[in-house]
Amino acid sequence: MVSLIWLFLIASGIIYSFFTGNMEFINNEILNSSKEAINLVFTMIPVILLWMGIMNIAEVSGLLNKFSNLLYPLLSKLFTSLKKDSKALGYIASNIACNVLGLGSVATPFGLKAMEEMQKENINKDEASDAMITFLVLNTSGVTLIPTTVIALRNSYGSVSPTAIIIPSIIATTVSSICGLTLDYIIRRSKK
Amino acid sequence: MNYIIPLTILGIISYGVLKKINIYDTFLDGSKEGLHTIFNILPSILAMVVGVNIFLKSGVLYFFLSFLEPVLKSYDLSLEILAMGFLRPISGSASLAIMNSIYKIYGVDSFMGFLASVMEGATDTTIYVLALYFGSIKIVKTRYALKVGLFADLCGLIAAFIVSTIFF
Repeated sequence: MVSLIWLFLIASGIIYSFFTGNMEFINNEILNSSKEAINLVFTMIPVILLWMGIMNIAEVSGLLNKFSNLLYPLLSKLFTSLKKDSKALGYIASNIACNVLGLGSVATPFGLKAMEEMQKENINKDEASDAMITFLVLNTSGVTLIPTTVIALRNSYGSVSPTAIIIPSIIATTVSSICGLTLDYIIRRSKK
Repeated sequence: MNYIIPLTILGIISYGVLKKINIYDTFLDGSKEGLHTIFNILPSILAMVVGVNIFLKSGVLYFFLSFLEPVLKSYDLSLEILAMGFLRPISGSASLAIMNSIYKIYGVDSFMGFLASVMEGATDTTIYVLALYFGSIKIVKTRYALKVGLFADLCGLIAAFIVSTIFF
């Protein structure tokens, strides 16, 4: 499925450029965007290295486990296939906490670590597990309480009330999460 | 807000000392694992950024959307809003750029500006996150993940439209 989207993005772009005579521009763009991708990874390196180090202390000391036990009653309803002592739960909880607080860049290393732990419990290593999909749905439907970037931009454009969008955003993001998790639940149920 | 990160770090390290673990070595071990993660996510990010850029820079999106213009007119929506809805799951920087131009064209306090803001906050870049997270652990068969993710996005965007008409 991701392959299909990738094919669609590249093929439609290149074929359209062929007809509009933009081929040379696209040629340069391909090289430039490769550099852009590497730069993007470079900007992520410090956050990933720092937080994976700090979180390893939290994991070894047992703090992460305490945190996940605290949220276990809630998480166990969503992630039925994960056991109570699963290390993934602590990272899932940390990831969600960061997203809710609007610390998006810090949330990424926790998310990657959660995927890594879920992969260890996964039977079929090249196929996504139920828990992974539930986690991704929760993650991508964007459970952010305060959209800081949007508010900052609205402010810079001189909006009379930059924060007026907070409550509508929370409602929309909640609807999105509920819809996603419901469909995820229905599919999981129907496959059993 | 500025207190959260420093205090979290202090708390985690102090707890480690309390539990008598070698905090410095433990940090280094974890960080080293991070290097491995970076190595694994590099190809998926490269693939996505190149694909998205070819698509965006070619302008083919507006070609596709031009077919939908009559439908939009009947709902009083602009082409930019639809483009933003399409790009929101694919690229964070692209949808942010369109939101900027919506603010410029229609004004930040117009209905379009309001709707664009709510849309930006409503969902996340599903396709990018999927490629990044699955790529990091070498998952090839993503099963129904994308379907559910995009469904959640669609619901979020529709909800953004309805909520905006109520609150604006």
